Amino acid sequence: MLDISPAEWTAILLSLRVGVIATLVATPFGIALAWLLARRDFWGKSVLDAVVHLPLVLPPVVTGYLLLLTFGRKGLVGGFLADHLGIVFAFRWTGAALACGVMSFPLLVRPMRLSIEAIDRRLEQAAETLGAAPWKVFFTVTLPLALPGVLAGMVLGFAKAIGEFGATITFVSNIPGETQTISSAIYSLIQTPDGDAAAGRLVIVSIVLAIGALIAAEWFARRATQRLHGN
Amino acid sequence: MLRVDVEKQLGEFSLSAAFTSEGRVIGLFGASGAGKSSLVNMIAGLLRPDRGTIVIDGETVDDTAAGIHVPTWRRRIGYVFQDARLFPHLSVAQNLDYGRRMNGLAPDPAQHKRIIDLLDIGALLDRRPGKLSGGERQRVALGRALLSKPRLLLLDEPLGALDEGRKLEILPYLVRLRDEANVPMVYVSHDAAELRQLATQIVMLKQGRVTSLGGVKVLT
Repeated sequence: MLDISPAEWTAILLSLRVGVIATLVATPFGIALAWLLARRDFWGKSVLDAVVHLPLVLPPVVTGYLLLLTFGRKGLVGGFLADHLGIVFAFRWTGAALACGVMSFPLLVRPMRLSIEAIDRRLEQAAETLGAAPWKVFFTVTLPLALPGVLAGMVLGFAKAIGEFGATITFVSNIPGETQTISSAIYSLIQTPDGDAAAGRLVIVSIVLAIGALIAAEWFARRATQRLHGN
Repeated sequence: MLRVDVEKQLGEFSLSAAFTSEGRVIGLFGASGAGKSSLVNMIAGLLRPDRGTIVIDGETVDDTAAGIHVPTWRRRIGYVFQDARLFPHLSVAQNLDYGRRMNGLAPDPAQHKRIIDLLDIGALLDRRPGKLSGGERQRVALGRALLSKPRLLLLDEPLGALDEGRKLEILPYLVRLRDEANVPMVYVSHDAAELRQLATQIVMLKQGRVTSLGGVKVLT
């Protein structure tokens, strides 16, 4: 089996922590945004849609730099958060989570949006005729029916988050134990003489995590179809 | 009591209808495209009239002049759709209980049992809607609407999606409902025979206008 060293474990566990936190924090925003894009028409909708997808097409180093400008210690938002709430992102693992959350957001939102769009609106109307206020319709009909899509989005977002590299290393650098995730550890190892074996082990871990996430996402998508057909 | 006096423009189609009814079962009769469903959706609050008033049981739920539009979920109506629209993620029992829960009503085991017996759906309670036949689905939809304790029950071609045999299976339940459930109904259909059996009063619609109003005799 893989003989993973303590330093490698540190990177793996940090990646998992960053991925979990990024996904959990992004999910409520993702659901709200998916609902907004699927169900509402408003001025600037296409602009919002484009902004959400921006991290997918922008060079990651640009996203990372923009995060540094905004959330760094001297950034507009970062300065405020540090001075008033004591929350610091720059060169911390929390910053890595923020970068991963932003970078994985488009992947997280998309399955959620598709699953909400696939729900028959007439079911929501039926709920209303039975006396359910709009927020109750959302929590008793829309969200349960979209749940497999929500989970699929979370899994895909998580998979993307633990593998993120460019924006993370730009924003929070590559500090072992603090901001060095699997990806940045692999990057360091390949540049080190004799780092090949360690890099290889982390590469295998990455592949296993990615494939596992894809299988899970696929399984959730199949569940969604079953749920919508009432079986 | 139901009083309707509304106008609505839907693309090329204009709907302008007025009627008052004290009847137990108002039959809304007309060919497809006559505006029956639009009219029922306005009574339900799913569609907003351009002009006019709707009064259910003495409460004004729509009055465009006064800016009144009570949202669907506060109208205390029941609505049985042609396509049942049961919640696929809930069991039959949970579907039946949905309206009571949403309206925050106390459980009423006596009424619950009465309606389940009336509709003969006791054996279906644990099933999912996907495992029901068309006729069973429609009976559950009827039960679900009634158990939310509506003051007016709207039925939009509830037999429309069923074949002839299934229709004959459901019709007796609807007759029993009319005689025993004590809820006034608006029954939409393009089938005169169906309405002759069920309705106590007929509103005939043609191209968005009420052409006649009266007893089932107007169905000639």
